[in-house]
Amino acid sequence: MNGNILLSVEDVVVDLPTPRGNLRAVDHVDLTVGAGRTLGVVGESGCGKTMLSRAVLQLLPKKAKLSGRVMFDGQDLLQLPPEKLRKLRGRSLAVVFQDPMTSLNPVLTIGTQLIETLQEHLELDDAAATRRSVELLAAVGIPAPEQRLAQYPHQLSGGMRQRVAIAIALSCEPKLLIADEPTTALDVTIQAQILDLLAREQRRRHMAMIIITHDLGVVAGRTDEVAVMYAGRVVERAPTPALFKKMRMPYTEALLAALPKLDAAPHTPLPAISGRPPDPTRPLRGCSFSPRCRYAVARCQNEKPALEAAETKAHQFACFHPIEDHADANA
Amino acid sequence: MLLFVARRLLYLIPVLIAVSLLTFFIASLLPGDLAYTILGDQATPENVAALRKDMGLDQPVWIRYFGWLGNILQGDFGRSFRTGQTVLQTVAERLPVSIELMLLAQLGALGIGVPLAIICAARSGGPFDRFMTGTAFGMLSVPTFLSAILLIYFFAVELRWLPATGYVPFAEDPLANLRFLVLPSLTLALAEWPSIMRVLRSDMIATLQEDYIALAKAKGLTPARILFVHALKPSSLTLVTITGINIGRLIGGAVIVETIFALPGIGRLLIGAILTRDLIILQGVVLLVGAGFVIMNFIVDMLYAVLDPRIRHGHA
Repeated sequence: MNGNILLSVEDVVVDLPTPRGNLRAVDHVDLTVGAGRTLGVVGESGCGKTMLSRAVLQLLPKKAKLSGRVMFDGQDLLQLPPEKLRKLRGRSLAVVFQDPMTSLNPVLTIGTQLIETLQEHLELDDAAATRRSVELLAAVGIPAPEQRLAQYPHQLSGGMRQRVAIAIALSCEPKLLIADEPTTALDVTIQAQILDLLAREQRRRHMAMIIITHDLGVVAGRTDEVAVMYAGRVVERAPTPALFKKMRMPYTEALLAALPKLDAAPHTPLPAISGRPPDPTRPLRGCSFSPRCRYAVARCQNEKPALEAAETKAHQFACFHPIEDHADANA
Repeated sequence: MLLFVARRLLYLIPVLIAVSLLTFFIASLLPGDLAYTILGDQATPENVAALRKDMGLDQPVWIRYFGWLGNILQGDFGRSFRTGQTVLQTVAERLPVSIELMLLAQLGALGIGVPLAIICAARSGGPFDRFMTGTAFGMLSVPTFLSAILLIYFFAVELRWLPATGYVPFAEDPLANLRFLVLPSLTLALAEWPSIMRVLRSDMIATLQEDYIALAKAKGLTPARILFVHALKPSSLTLVTITGINIGRLIGGAVIVETIFALPGIGRLLIGAILTRDLIILQGVVLLVGAGFVIMNFIVDMLYAVLDPRIRHGHA
């Protein structure tokens, strides 16, 4: 990893108490994001990717227990007093949530929700904050931005609302933007537009970004590095080109195979990943993907593989039988 | 928005007609002949018959209803056969007392209930929240006649800070007027703050789970701004309903409290009218109070639109 590290997640564990017992949502995760770089976090629903992002933002549910270190810009966010954390949030650490239908306050105007963020962190009078808000709305591609300021969220479409949410996130020029499934709730036609908008603004503002998604197609070509999560753990981590060139973890391969392909013949069945993720309140002794893995052997059920680097230091995966080895065996 | 108001106003007409029907027919179901009541024990059958004819009591009930309604539409609610005063005069005399009591009681109840609800919601599950929720539940079970008597005992009898009963008009001596109203409005406020607190607390706890509150936190807003600007307004719809119903109810006077504290309000007027069989006053006052209640509900509907822009724009 070149450049200075902006965010480093070290051995983070998130436990959620549930009526059925303790749920380990995030299980000893280590990640780093360099200044100005993009990390994609990929996994199916329930794999802990959203809980990981909430852990970074310190927005976990009250009952959640969190341990480890989240070093952001030289400070451990977990040790930071609330007032300092508040000054950091929205200022240098911003977020875009999944559903723009629920993430904007329905009773406040777009203008209020933008301007309050600006005035909380920057010394701006009303006129300057209004001017800046109009610029921001224009920058995220919202037509007639002056009129939008007086409108309420319900008067805008989902795609427009997500653009507003992005404008709010960008408003104070953050160093890191966490986009938690930013396009999942949107129409397919809008998704690429929003992703391109995020990428463009990221380059322009030199900010780092974490894109959380269940769609490997979203991270391909848009990220510098990808971390694949399964059952609360990072199971494969590699620079994006290296990952798509040669994925080692069977889960990553299965995730990619589950994407519909445009050039597939009609009526080709989609190779869905059979079974379900393991019950997070009943952790498995061995590899948590082993019950669904077609390469699994006895060892996989009894021993947990560690996340380890193979031939290149940057490409890490947690598997006893990474994919290339199977190919060798078959040859 | 104008269409919204117009439509709500149209809804008022059938409701008001229903109120007038109920008022009139329930009053005419009361046992005893009005003419006998007016004339007393010494009445001769001839006198009674003459009076019945004079008052139109010999007419069928629906003809009397339309006659009554027609007079009301011309602003004539009738006249008490006991005092000779018109209904409107009597109500105009009594209404300020009840309205002042109602306003002070609401101010007190909101002043106690709203801040407590916000603190409890912000610290839900904590010791303060649990203590206040328990206290509110206990207070909800205390009837007003009990708290009134206890308040009189402590503040009027033991401490001698405030008068126990009586009334001075505001125009005569504002300070004395307020002193007479402190205990009665406190009695009502004590009965109403628990429901205000419970409703706002639970709505606010639900609101605080919303995504937009998480985003407000992620934006680095102060806890006070999140609570008061982002959470309070979307949480206050039920609160407005409850307050509206309380106000509507108290326009008709607080019968028990007015009686205990000897306040000459609408509540005591009604009780007096019932006890003396003053049917004209009773009908007129019940109709006016009913109309006030209905109009209060209309105002509450309008307030919804002020609070939630989605209602204003016809989206919800």
